[in-house]
Amino acid sequence: MFAVLTIIMMILDQRTNTLNQMRVVLTAPLTSLQYLVSWPINLIDNVSQLMSSRQALLNENLDLKAQQLLLKAQMQRLVALESENNQLKTLLRSSAQIQGKMVIAQLLAVDSDPFIRQVILDKGSHDNVSIGLPVLDANGVMGQIIQVSPATSRVMLINDPQSGIPVQDTRNNIRAIAVGDSYSNQLRLVNISHTTDIRIGDLFVTSGLGQNYPEGYPVGEVVSVVHDLGLAFADIKLQSKARLDQSRQVLVVWPNKSASEIKEHKNA
Amino acid sequence: MRKWLLIFISFLLAFMLTLVPMPEWAIWFRPAWIMLVLIYWNVTSPQRVNLGAACIVGIMLDLLNGTLLGEHAFAMIVTSYFVLKMQARIKMFPLLQQTFCVWLMVFLYQLLIYCIQGFIGELPKTKWYWASSFVSMLLWPGVASILKSFKRRSRLRMAS
Repeated sequence: MFAVLTIIMMILDQRTNTLNQMRVVLTAPLTSLQYLVSWPINLIDNVSQLMSSRQALLNENLDLKAQQLLLKAQMQRLVALESENNQLKTLLRSSAQIQGKMVIAQLLAVDSDPFIRQVILDKGSHDNVSIGLPVLDANGVMGQIIQVSPATSRVMLINDPQSGIPVQDTRNNIRAIAVGDSYSNQLRLVNISHTTDIRIGDLFVTSGLGQNYPEGYPVGEVVSVVHDLGLAFADIKLQSKARLDQSRQVLVVWPNKSASEIKEHKNA
Repeated sequence: MRKWLLIFISFLLAFMLTLVPMPEWAIWFRPAWIMLVLIYWNVTSPQRVNLGAACIVGIMLDLLNGTLLGEHAFAMIVTSYFVLKMQARIKMFPLLQQTFCVWLMVFLYQLLIYCIQGFIGELPKTKWYWASSFVSMLLWPGVASILKSFKRRSRLRMAS
């Protein structure tokens, strides 16, 4: 009887969204368990930080300052470019603008099944995190939020087979959709014909077309292009720019305009 | 009552051990802690920890792992069913035979999960996936003796 019950549950969960609410309700009490596990590990991290020598910290500080200087110099150029870009876009009456609100979130130090490509963040609905928000790390797009509980949220990484992300080539603006590939931990471009000009080394960034991910963040680099003429489409693999299994701190981004505003704009 | 508490604490510990992050090279070697504890209680007190308990524990594991809801629950119920079937015999087995039996059960559990993952098209991609059942087997004597000593101690305390 229990077995039948669980089979029904699995089918419901796979095919429909009916169990999502239940999942959210049931996960809330389990959140404390995740924090319980994560806490001593963070503590150990903190203690080892306290132990690190003054000299090492000074050196690191110097390094970081130098880096900040460099980044600031680049920022100056970027600010000018951005304002110019926004100005041009307002001239064109386009609604997509680059900057949005961001919040830094930490990954909870908990593992899931190794074949589940999801991570858990320490920000939840208390911090206004909601389903569908994109998550970035320092190098690129990591994924999007698929489940929120009061104090945690679950992120589906872009190499999950259920994830799809609209991208475009920086070299020639070819648009495509990158989906996760469960066998190689990379991303795959779907429905790209053999004649399309995509080469190894091309960088793909988000195109912003799905309105889920903001425009212009790096997604991945082409690592292999295979033209098997027996197949209808070319087989193109991307290596994600974000370090999906290494980053500990990530950014949750609220795209500048709310979805309703964008829709209004589109309808207008 | 005290026994329920003991069962609860042992499962709590098993859940924590399941969540503790492991270094990259060791992720496939994580033993099936919850399955081990479940087998132990199935064997030693089958009237308390039965298929219903297996179902609840499995669903909790699904929620924590973010896997398909009911996936681990199903695998645990089926495995637990066989353990309960053979409960009287497993209890009497010498340790070596018991250990082998546990390996078989954990292997069955992993096989079921492998099948379900196959159905939804997200198979684990290395052969190392199966290593977990062997690690579980090696840990069984330790887990069983620790739980047994706790049980004995709590019983002594109850008597005094």
